[in-house]
Amino acid sequence: MSKDRLIYLDNNATTPTDPRVVDAMLPFFYENPGNAASRNHPFGWKAEEAVDYAREQIANLIKVDSKEIIFTSGATEADNLAIKGVFEMYARKGNHIITLKTEHKAVLDACKKVEKMGGEVTYLDVDREGLVNLADLEAAIKDNTILVSIMWANNETGVIQPMKEIGAICEKHGVLFMSDATQVVGKIPVDPKAVGVHLMAFTAHKMYGPKGVGALFVNRKKPRVKVTAQMDGGGHERGMRSGTLNVPGIVGFGKAAEIAAKEMDQDMARLSKLRDKLENSLVSSLEEVYINGSVEHRMPHVTNLSFKHVEGEGLMMTFNQNMAVSSGSACTSASLEPSYVLIALGLGDDLAHSSIRFSLGRFTKEEDVDYAIEALQKGVTHMRDLSPIWEMYKEGIDLESIEWSAH
Amino acid sequence: MAYSDKLLDHFKNPRNVGTLDKSDKKVGTGLVGAPECGDVMRLQIQVNEEGLIEDAKFKTFGCGSAIASSSLATEWLKGKSVDEALAIDNMALVEELALPPVKIHCSVLAEDAIKSAIKDYQEKNGLEVTVVMNEHH
Ligand SMILES: Cc1ncc(COP(=O)(O)O)c(C=O)c1O
Repeated sequence: MSKDRLIYLDNNATTPTDPRVVDAMLPFFYENPGNAASRNHPFGWKAEEAVDYAREQIANLIKVDSKEIIFTSGATEADNLAIKGVFEMYARKGNHIITLKTEHKAVLDACKKVEKMGGEVTYLDVDREGLVNLADLEAAIKDNTILVSIMWANNETGVIQPMKEIGAICEKHGVLFMSDATQVVGKIPVDPKAVGVHLMAFTAHKMYGPKGVGALFVNRKKPRVKVTAQMDGGGHERGMRSGTLNVPGIVGFGKAAEIAAKEMDQDMARLSKLRDKLENSLVSSLEEVYINGSVEHRMPHVTNLSFKHVEGEGLMMTFNQNMAVSSGSACTSASLEPSYVLIALGLGDDLAHSSIRFSLGRFTKEEDVDYAIEALQKGVTHMRDLSPIWEMYKEGIDLESIEWSAH
Repeated sequence: MAYSDKLLDHFKNPRNVGTLDKSDKKVGTGLVGAPECGDVMRLQIQVNEEGLIEDAKFKTFGCGSAIASSSLATEWLKGKSVDEALAIDNMALVEELALPPVKIHCSVLAEDAIKSAIKDYQEKNGLEVTVVMNEHH
């Protein structure tokens, strides 16, 4: 199986930039080099006009007012700005934030910082499906709670949270609702106002736009939400985020939003069919394959599977010259701990080590999926032939009964 | 991070994969690691009358570096005396396979597997146990 083209099934890590996006960006490097904040010459006007247009394109995609879009360097910065910015801005109202154990590190580590700054954070568990327990959420809200931060969909499992129900609980108790929507904007319909989300972080490079540009949606009316700037400077973006705007990046982000709005329905339909083919073929042709996370509440292009008694990184090495996926195995992280997201779903460490995430995208072809099915079938078989614990399992030995020498 | 050609070769074409009869007195079995930690190695040696390792087999659950380390270890073991085998140091595996720093524990595990197989062989045959297992954590 040799391939002339590398197959990319790691679109949750980042997406290729759509060539139409690249085309839209190119004039803003040399021909139109202006600073959008230069108010006194045509270069500046042109840049400002381009940024305004992109802001509209993005606002249209998520059905908000363009004034409610604050450009940042990406979702990490938007998450930080939302969490620390709300914590500072609403200090007189309270200091308690509620989030999930399965959030992205950008949210979790911003929350840790809040704790260091004297705040209080509740990290809620999720159930086996990866979903928040709404009763737990409501019970966690206290008089000093200012913010609930729950991601729209998880990057590792694709599991989508019950946004509307969470929004209703936040509304009932008068707390702000922030969502890291990095994995959903541009992929499925996202309408923060319809579900009561007041702040929402997302990024261009997960929706076929360029890297290094993202946004925070900040609700402007009912309620009027404000965040304290986290960087001091020229007061750009209504004082919430200083720094010269990344004009080419923002233009690309806007174009990506426009394309997504037009093509999302057809992409979703096509990708969910391909995802189902991949998942069903692997689950039915190989023994002991487990689907991680809710199957019902899930992004259409993602599947996270554990291949029991096969270590994820080793498995990836059987095909990674030709195909890119990712694993929750410890061996792919610097920490030597397996994915905290999968552990939070209640997976044993062994199954977490055995997980592979496939994330398809706009440029995935059916033949790529066919290749993946074959590569995984071969790889899993190869690795199980090598695996002493697969041999024991096959001999009916109870692995729990063995005294392992943990190291 | 790119792996060395030698490592990739041992990963793709692992040497001496298999299982020896655990109940055979000539066979020593070492089973180290844990599924929760993401690696388990089973390494077996078969020792002849002259005290030479005439066969070695392994099976490993783990990443590419763990598989390559155990594959290379079995290659080195064959034809060695038990004492020579005991002298195999994990750093030699690290060097030969050019393991990156985060993968050094894979070589440590392979050294442990060798020691544990020899210990099992010596105990089974009523020999003096000359193995000193490494202490981890
Ligand atoms: C859920 C989630 N939040 C935040 C980020 C960070 O995004 P960015 O790379 O734009 O900072 C990512 C991407 O890695 C993500 O998946």
